[in-house]
Amino acid sequence: MSAKKEGAPAGRKVSRTHLRGTATRGKRRPRYVLKLYVAGVNRKSTEAIRAITELCDEYLKGRYQLAIIDIYQQPTLAQGEQIIAAPTLIRKLPLPLRMLVGDMTERDRILVGLDLRPPS
Amino acid sequence: MTKVQSPRVKLRGIRKCPTGIRGLDEITEGGLPRGRATLVCGGPGCGKTLLATEFIARGILDFGEPGVFVSFEEPIGDLTANVASLGIDLSDLRKRGLLAMDEVRVERSEIEESGEYDLDGLFIRLGGLIDEVKAKRVALDTIDGLFDGLPNEAILRAELRRLFRWLKAKGVTSIVTAEQGDGALTRHGLEEYVSDCVIRLDHRVKSQIATRRLRVVKYRGSQHRTNEYPTMINSKGLSVLPITSLGLSYPVSKARISTGIRKLDSMLGGKGYYLGSSILVSGSAGTGKTSLAAAFADSACRAGRKCLYVSFEESPEQLLRNMASIGFDLKHWIPRALLQFRSQRVTLYGLENHLANLHQWVEEFSPSTVIMDPITSLGGEGLIDEVEAMLTRTIDYLKGRGITAFFTTLSKSAQAEGSEVSISSLIDTWLHLRTFESGGERSRGLVVIKSRGMAHSNQVREFLLTDKGVTLRDPYVGSGQVLMGSSREVQEARDRDGAAEAKQGFEKNQGEMEGARQRLEAEIAAMRLRLKNLGGEMKAADDRERLRATRLSQERRQLRISRKAD
Repeated sequence: MSAKKEGAPAGRKVSRTHLRGTATRGKRRPRYVLKLYVAGVNRKSTEAIRAITELCDEYLKGRYQLAIIDIYQQPTLAQGEQIIAAPTLIRKLPLPLRMLVGDMTERDRILVGLDLRPPS
Repeated sequence: MTKVQSPRVKLRGIRKCPTGIRGLDEITEGGLPRGRATLVCGGPGCGKTLLATEFIARGILDFGEPGVFVSFEEPIGDLTANVASLGIDLSDLRKRGLLAMDEVRVERSEIEESGEYDLDGLFIRLGGLIDEVKAKRVALDTIDGLFDGLPNEAILRAELRRLFRWLKAKGVTSIVTAEQGDGALTRHGLEEYVSDCVIRLDHRVKSQIATRRLRVVKYRGSQHRTNEYPTMINSKGLSVLPITSLGLSYPVSKARISTGIRKLDSMLGGKGYYLGSSILVSGSAGTGKTSLAAAFADSACRAGRKCLYVSFEESPEQLLRNMASIGFDLKHWIPRALLQFRSQRVTLYGLENHLANLHQWVEEFSPSTVIMDPITSLGGEGLIDEVEAMLTRTIDYLKGRGITAFFTTLSKSAQAEGSEVSISSLIDTWLHLRTFESGGERSRGLVVIKSRGMAHSNQVREFLLTDKGVTLRDPYVGSGQVLMGSSREVQEARDRDGAAEAKQGFEKNQGEMEGARQRLEAEIAAMRLRLKNLGGEMKAADDRERLRATRLSQERRQLRISRKAD
């Protein structure tokens, strides 16, 4: 089921769950639950993973939970979460649900999308 | 040395994937291009989703090809409920592992873009579904949903191009539906990508009558019919009515069927209509068109032939009552499944629905005779063209099946040639009814305007509706004019009187002459008698003379003796 032009190398998995920081309940600032869906290993996937982990460490240190899921490995998850594009970042918490698509290179848009910085 | 195999190119057209949708396979000459994508476009409510759903469901049910349905618009639950009314149970097909369904929701309000992306998520989901049921058919309905959700059109276009290539590579036959755009086939120009086959659905309203149309805009590598075809959605789903060309190749029957009126049979060469021919009865209001139709229905049932009676003006009950009053008891044919009535108001549906309904009834009941009474009411104002087209198709359809078609039409003018619907060239037997007004009353007259393939009467007959049935009177051909009704009676009475007079005159004459003859004969007899008497007298005189001479000589002798003379 190779949808990608290059396809996913069989040997390497991207699917790993990162649990950065602990589930400490911030006094005022909400806790973030994020899921990043990528499709195999490619430039867009690695770019997105790098950008998001950096951003989380910078803005959400100690109050976020990030799961990175390869939809090639778990196609059923893509269905449940209404994933159509890759990479897709979903903000499960805080509500409302937010969905960001792209390789996360536009940091400003991510910050606005995640309500980490009020739109200028 | 390796043997070089000569490339044996098999010249074979593209393979087809039958849709199972009535009529569509005919106009595409076999179905959609197998292993390729077909774009179905049209405005809202024109039946795109239904076409896609039927394609998948009929593929599973009729052709054993599992399918995948991805909805970008409607929730799966709604879809399942919608097609349940057509007798298609999607949830059952899913349970049996023959159908995989997915719902793709893209909410623009929830989605933010940040950098480049692709639609791998969709590909993977689709791929998963295809593998899950080993699908041969895929439907994506309506792909425009993606454009609404994802703002970056450049990426989307590139990805859709990839999607269609990918679907082709997967070897699945797919239907992609898209909304119609202003002045273009689709709103987002999808026809650029899906270029193998494009079908356009249309729903238009003219004179308050809505008709659905379907057109195969393009079909690469295959012949297809290019016209717009009326389409309808009914309880059996979508059907396309592909009969527009009069393919003049019907089987022709020499067998005849009685008109139900003995005298009319004799006007039509003594045997009635041809089986499988088309018959038109025209006439102004109240001339007895329906009665002729009922007579024919009765005759068909009597011959054991199934008859479908489509009435656009009267309810079956009313029709039965009225026809019973002129001696046609049609009611008892109904339980014997020889006669079926279908009544519907013309205004109830569009023309194409009427046609499609007719098709459905014909297919269900398989009659050998179809009566449509009257066809003129089908046409509203300014719809004559459409009615003509529809009737052409109807006649073609019925003829193609060897069904005897009987139509009545109301003509506004008394002249037959002014028949409202100019389908006369398609009609084999055309009877015209008209009324004659004279002497303060109207009488019905019937004339055979044409009847192909038989010697038919050219007389205007008087047409009588009695409580014992319909009958035609022999034409009055007395004093050089056609007379009907009372004036005819009067003329006939007058003629009878005249004849009696003449007879009397003749008899009188005869008597006189006989008398004269007898007198003459008596005279002759008298004269003969006289002649006879005359003969007798002559002989007597002769005798007397001889006697006298004898006596004289005797006397002389005796005298001589006595005188003793010597």
